[in-house]
Amino acid sequence: MTTETVVRPRPATADGAPPEQRHGTGLPALGFLAPFLVLYLAFIIGPALYGLVMSFFDTSLVKPGLSGFAGFGNYTEALQSSGFWSSLWHTVWFTVLTTPPLIVLAFVFAVLADRARRGRWFFRLAFFAPYILPSAVVALIWIFIYTPGLGLIETGLGQLGITSPNWLGDPSWAMPSLAFTTIWWTLGFNFVLYLAGLQEIPRDLYEAAAMDGASPWQQIRKITIPMLGRTTTLVAVLQVIASLKVFDQMYIMTSGGPNFATRSILEYVYDEGFTNFRVGYAAAVSMLFFLVVLLVSAVWFSLVRRQEKEV
Amino acid sequence: MTDLAQRAQFRVKLFNRICFGVLIAFALLWLVPLLWALDTALKPNAETTRTTWAIDDPTVDAFGRVLRDTDILTWFGSSLFISTLSAAGTVLVASLAAYALSRMRFRYRTAVFWAVLAGIMIPGQVLIVPWFREFDALGLLNTWWAVSLPQIPTAIAVFIFKQFFDGLPRELEEVARLDGAGYLRIYRRIIMPLARPAVAAVAIFTFVTSWNDLLWPLLVLSNPDIMTIPVGLATVQGAFGIRYADTMASAILGAIPLIAVFLLFQRQIVEGIAGSGLKG
Repeated sequence: MTTETVVRPRPATADGAPPEQRHGTGLPALGFLAPFLVLYLAFIIGPALYGLVMSFFDTSLVKPGLSGFAGFGNYTEALQSSGFWSSLWHTVWFTVLTTPPLIVLAFVFAVLADRARRGRWFFRLAFFAPYILPSAVVALIWIFIYTPGLGLIETGLGQLGITSPNWLGDPSWAMPSLAFTTIWWTLGFNFVLYLAGLQEIPRDLYEAAAMDGASPWQQIRKITIPMLGRTTTLVAVLQVIASLKVFDQMYIMTSGGPNFATRSILEYVYDEGFTNFRVGYAAAVSMLFFLVVLLVSAVWFSLVRRQEKEV
Repeated sequence: MTDLAQRAQFRVKLFNRICFGVLIAFALLWLVPLLWALDTALKPNAETTRTTWAIDDPTVDAFGRVLRDTDILTWFGSSLFISTLSAAGTVLVASLAAYALSRMRFRYRTAVFWAVLAGIMIPGQVLIVPWFREFDALGLLNTWWAVSLPQIPTAIAVFIFKQFFDGLPRELEEVARLDGAGYLRIYRRIIMPLARPAVAAVAIFTFVTSWNDLLWPLLVLSNPDIMTIPVGLATVQGAFGIRYADTMASAILGAIPLIAVFLLFQRQIVEGIAGSGLKG
């Protein structure tokens, strides 16, 4: 986000108000900001603080009030619980399975589509259309595709003489199958980001390189990949955060199974808070998850700052 | 020398051809799941256990059965209302706030800006527990408000608007102000008409995100009469059993509204992603 446009030094006048302000009191600004700020406090900041407080209590979903003070009890319990660590591991495993293909394939498809003179609308349609579908629609289609005995993939591989496992039913294949579905579903978003990044590379760079006898492959390696560095950082971070937040696919396609093999951290929050009614504990797990997301964002900020220094 | 140049040119051409072929192959592969769903939905249920693209007896009965036997039309109305409310609400409150941050000078402006910036960092998913208690206390569980209200104060929308407003020339406003127009009049008559691309981007994005949201609506909408399409589909997904044609018909019916949005607003959606993502 660009912030430098905002933090302008304000020329102060005697009463502390900047000269441009004609209405004097700041009241009109308050009027314009109020609708957003009221909702923002009521539904973002307020609940965030409430959740933080709740995470230090033994709050129950079925009892009013916060109930007894637990100190760091919920946190120490989470950090010692196998359910927490295994669901965190599943979430990380899902992120590892989805992020590299979603970056590399989106990059490759975008570079190829950028070279194509015709049919761009078709590529955009094919790769991007799945992205705007609701997860429930995607899940219904892919459960059918993975169905043992008559699924499209099993039949297709069978014709090549390859025997398929029970894609969603085998604990070691369930997560890769969910990852595969997710790659199909969300690739379009990264594809569009890369296409936009490619538009910003000046064409004469390629022309100059071609004059010097650089092959297309060398052009991609020496021009395209370095020039898209910032886009790749952005795509990678957005992708990691999106993958960490996975819930829908597991909830609908495997219910976190088989045998909890695909339960993600958000599904763990869901189970603890709304099946076991332990909302205080669930709030603590949410806070730990929030810390992980913040950490990823912090890494991103430092990467962007380093890239900006290099330019 | 010319021979060498010709050979290089030939290699570039060949390379481009291969690239194009590979891309076409992948694009077609990407369409297979959607086409397969459509193909299956057009089969009678009895035919769906045979994994072939050919249909002996094509029929649209599966769509009729889904429309008749499930509440999908009710869910459709519910989704439409919630997503429209979220999109309109977000555009209104975010653009008003962004206008103040872009054009007005007031004390604590930087502080307000940073407070809004912080909101981008907070994913809604970590707030589901406190939200649930909050809407329970407000007596709003199982209402459209419970789904829509938390989606309206979107920090990122304020930034998209602010960035757009910062880029607009100020001359028109200054002329209007000399004519005695107040801020509200300038916002309504000058700024918002100029900000159509930003309005389109924010509205379409909020609409699609809201339409596709599952986790939070699933928690607060347990009454089938007001479920959204994703919640409804997730709830009935097992109910069709091995009537695969019906399952695929329900998936396609659930997808149609968004495919329509996509085809209508393809350019705005793509530019919106590119703009909001990369200008940052």
